[in-house]
Amino acid sequence: MRLADKFNELKNRNETALLAYVCAGDPDIDSTSRIVDSLIKGGADIIELGLPFSDPVADGPTIQAASERALSAGMNPDRYFELVANLDVQVPLVCMTYYNLIYKRGIERFVKDCVSSGISGLIIPDLPAEESHDLANCCSQEGVDLIFLVAPVTTDERIEMILSKTSGFVYIVSRLGVTGTRTDVTAATSDIISRVRTDIPKAVGFGISNAEQAAKIIEAGADGVIVGSAFVDIIASGDNVNKRLEDLTTEIKAVCRRD
Amino acid sequence: MSDTKYGKYGGQFVPEILMPALEELEQGYEKYRNDPQFLEELNYYLKDFAGRETPLYHARNLSKKYGTKIYLKREDLVHGGAHKLNNTIGQALLAKYMGKTRLVAETGAGQHGTATAMAGTNLGFETHVYMGAKDTERQRMNVYRMEIMGTEVHPVESGSRTLKDAINEALRDWVSNVENTHYLIGSVVGPHPYPMMVRDFQSVIGNEVKQQIMEKEGRYPDSIVACTGGGSNAMGIFYPFIEEDVKLIAVEAGGKGMKYTKDAALHSASLSVGEDGVLQGACTRILQDEYGQILESSSISAGLDYSGVGPELAHLADIGRIIPRVVNDDMALEAFHELSRVEGIIPALESSHAIAHVMEAAESGELGELVVINLSGRGDKDLETVIGLERRG
Repeated sequence: MRLADKFNELKNRNETALLAYVCAGDPDIDSTSRIVDSLIKGGADIIELGLPFSDPVADGPTIQAASERALSAGMNPDRYFELVANLDVQVPLVCMTYYNLIYKRGIERFVKDCVSSGISGLIIPDLPAEESHDLANCCSQEGVDLIFLVAPVTTDERIEMILSKTSGFVYIVSRLGVTGTRTDVTAATSDIISRVRTDIPKAVGFGISNAEQAAKIIEAGADGVIVGSAFVDIIASGDNVNKRLEDLTTEIKAVCRRD
Repeated sequence: MSDTKYGKYGGQFVPEILMPALEELEQGYEKYRNDPQFLEELNYYLKDFAGRETPLYHARNLSKKYGTKIYLKREDLVHGGAHKLNNTIGQALLAKYMGKTRLVAETGAGQHGTATAMAGTNLGFETHVYMGAKDTERQRMNVYRMEIMGTEVHPVESGSRTLKDAINEALRDWVSNVENTHYLIGSVVGPHPYPMMVRDFQSVIGNEVKQQIMEKEGRYPDSIVACTGGGSNAMGIFYPFIEEDVKLIAVEAGGKGMKYTKDAALHSASLSVGEDGVLQGACTRILQDEYGQILESSSISAGLDYSGVGPELAHLADIGRIIPRVVNDDMALEAFHELSRVEGIIPALESSHAIAHVMEAAESGELGELVVINLSGRGDKDLETVIGLERRG
């Protein structure tokens, strides 16, 4: 399913999208499909499935630790695409990874693997629009969305340039810093959401860990909320994981449904 | 924006959050790099604070023993004991001109962290240094030195607990505090404009050598030899000679041999045997596995223990302008003792790799009759490491 179709479908139902991130292979390769099922059962609309990289500079300690666990469990791009191909899900899947894994596999091969395994879009946090030419061409040929990020420090000029390149949705980084749970939603978040003027769906991430924060983000004008570290924390705890993932998803999804 | 690449290498592979900061830095650097007041102030600090110019010393005993005329560029005599201050003074001054109040830096051996602490303290910055926990253990004196100067040292426990991880943490700090903070990268690595800027600040080494060797010998050397981890001392001494007929040899750390385990290399020779990839902001040659996961590197010297290398060096190696060579831990250790015994100069273990290569290659004649070695640092910081190794046998 294409991301645009999913966002349209939700818009027609007057719902905000809930995008749930987990790292594939964390804590082990066999658990991932059950984890994804729990997120979808709880109401996740789009799954962002991390392909772990050894040096995840845009991520905080929570997701770095998840990446390390997944790598120790033997996760690699071959197994990732195999795992994705075997997932029996009806929601769009987005691959989040770092550029070197794509560069090393070869852009064309990587994007074709995305298509054949059922990945709808790519988020590459260390690939700014300026460096994306080759990957963007290949993605557009193969029909894979390439999603770019904007941040509170991104100038209006750059926002315009990024909006001309992003497809599927635009990923708005809610605040300065790396991924990880935080306790507040700042004025900077509302500011950046309002500065991104576009018909392309706006999904907001970094630091959203509960329903209350998600509600504020939705109020500020987001078409989607992205939650990652809060789910990863539950996985890391090893305690009643699937039930708690489903509950948290349900809780956050509840505020995404407007009357 | 100016060209960010060296051939196919370089670029700006960073999170969007950093792109405006890189643009600001690039503009700041373009604005001040030729500004007379900035340059006057920089020269003042290089002379009276750092102790430049450093001597180009004719190592008579070593020359005699190895049958070729050898000069040592004495960067070990720079304040702090290594070439690192050339760059930190330059960047800290630039950050001050740009209105930043806080510095963050990564460090491997602690030399760059120490040099950042010196420059940061002197110029009135709040200074934070990230250092792999493995390195804080093996370089305790440098940690103390930084702390005594009021710098906060953050040991990094993630990943391999070395330089690569310290860079990741420093990047994360910068991403979180980008508005008032300058990230003071210590080598010719990372996203544009760092490789260019660090090269320019370190080029004072090569520019001095050019003048000094003309005064002493009336000609340029046949070869220049420098150790290479990220490559800042190598680019600093090579760059002014790029257009000249001088052999430029970059000596990498061969560690315990050119071998690998599942997720680590037993060496740090990314220029010699690395493959193209993207690491920490730049496309360059890196040590990686078949999937593109970065391999941990290894070396007796913390300052060379890095999985990547400066993108401009990767390009210069590609086009054959520089020659990469490899020296292993044992050879470096032998050179460490050799220079100490023969010349009464204790070299850093990093610089010992360059010396070891000259000891090995001088006889064959491939270095020519006039050789300059960049003695990038002094070895006092390494005594504990060396004694520890030798006690273990």
